[in-house]
Amino acid sequence: MIAIVKYNAGNIQSVMCALNRLGYDAVVTDDVEMIKKADKVIFPGVGEASTAMAYLESINLIDTLKDLKKPFLGICLGMQLLCERSDENDCRCMGMFDVPVVEFDKTSGFKIPHVGWNTIYDLKSDLYKDVKENSYCYFVHTYYVPVCDYTIAKCEYAGVSFSASIKRDNFYATQFHPEKSGSIGETILNNFLKLEDK
Amino acid sequence: MLAKRIIPCLDVCNGRTVKGVNFVNLRDAGDAVELAKTYSDKGADELVFLDITATVEKRKTLSELVKNISKTISIPFTVGGGINTIEDVDVMLSCGADKISINSICVKNPDIIGELSHTFGSQCVVCALDVKRNDAFNKNGLDGWEIYTHGGRVATGLDAFDFAKEVYNRGAGEILLTSMNSDGCKNGFEIDLTKRISKSVSIPVIASGGAGNMEHFKDVFEDGCADAALAASIFHFGEVQIMDLKRYLNDNNISVRL
Repeated sequence: MIAIVKYNAGNIQSVMCALNRLGYDAVVTDDVEMIKKADKVIFPGVGEASTAMAYLESINLIDTLKDLKKPFLGICLGMQLLCERSDENDCRCMGMFDVPVVEFDKTSGFKIPHVGWNTIYDLKSDLYKDVKENSYCYFVHTYYVPVCDYTIAKCEYAGVSFSASIKRDNFYATQFHPEKSGSIGETILNNFLKLEDK
Repeated sequence: MLAKRIIPCLDVCNGRTVKGVNFVNLRDAGDAVELAKTYSDKGADELVFLDITATVEKRKTLSELVKNISKTISIPFTVGGGINTIEDVDVMLSCGADKISINSICVKNPDIIGELSHTFGSQCVVCALDVKRNDAFNKNGLDGWEIYTHGGRVATGLDAFDFAKEVYNRGAGEILLTSMNSDGCKNGFEIDLTKRISKSVSIPVIASGGAGNMEHFKDVFEDGCADAALAASIFHFGEVQIMDLKRYLNDNNISVRL
């Protein structure tokens, strides 16, 4: 069973539709037992970090998510919430990755947020099997995770190279939206869904 | 490198695509979901659906359509047309829309821009500004433009440049800028207008109105500083193929997703 974590920052419908197009079904849930039982967990996200964290805390989901051993995929805000803390309203996050989430430099002369299709490179891990270097993926974000030891894909914007994707053990995450990234995104989602338990 | 986006726009009435010239004279251009799928397969970067259905059943038919589009395509899409409340937006987003575009309500109740961007994130709030030349707004030797609402029927007396800054400051995530003078005329985008708006805000500007050939897109990206360009009829009636357009732009050193 694939579980999509239900919380107050979702583009849950888009993720569900993408899974359906790939021939998978999923359960949208915030139930601790259901999430623990799932073979794969997807943690989508669009919205604001501190509001999302407050909600996750209020439904006691944080420890459950941190303790999961099954393949887990955080998307966009769902990636940022896995980090240590975020510049967005100076918010403490869940901490699966001991790295910060920082804001793009608004004085860089680039338009912020970073919206649109950008290329990803230095691809590592099974998540990017059959994905070519410099493939285009769809991004929408104002905050980013700097390149770090966990980085498995990079992207460049506003004068910095940042993490398009990170991985630690069973936790995978993408800053871009695979569910909105056309056929490349579908390949990435498919790769995630085919990961073996480790 | 961040790509310039090509965005086909589908004006929708009762689930069918329609297209007019200068905002009137509608003609049928096909089933909206089918057309969306075709564009998504043929390399469109994003789609915009503007619903012009004027019935009490509007929201129901639109939410069904949005669900069907969301099931079918794997690229981002925006929905607009008569979206006036937080509840309207909530319905569209939960049916699978990625962004919503608001127009008349931005003028009538600008506070809603902040409310929406706070509730759903600024990334999903697209302010659609319909503008028309008005000499009374000329300033310092520069052409004046006025904001219109209600599908281009109502002049607001608002200066386009001031209002663009206002929606940006209030939390809009993108501006969809349509020149009513150019819409449907195929004589090219309004370069000067687009450039001035794009330079005055630090959010993406989607240029709209006037696309007639591939060079027009090159001009609006190179000289108009647009982040994306939107067109309808040249795509609907097959006058320009999206992939041909993208190859042309790529050959002209404009970064596009190929």
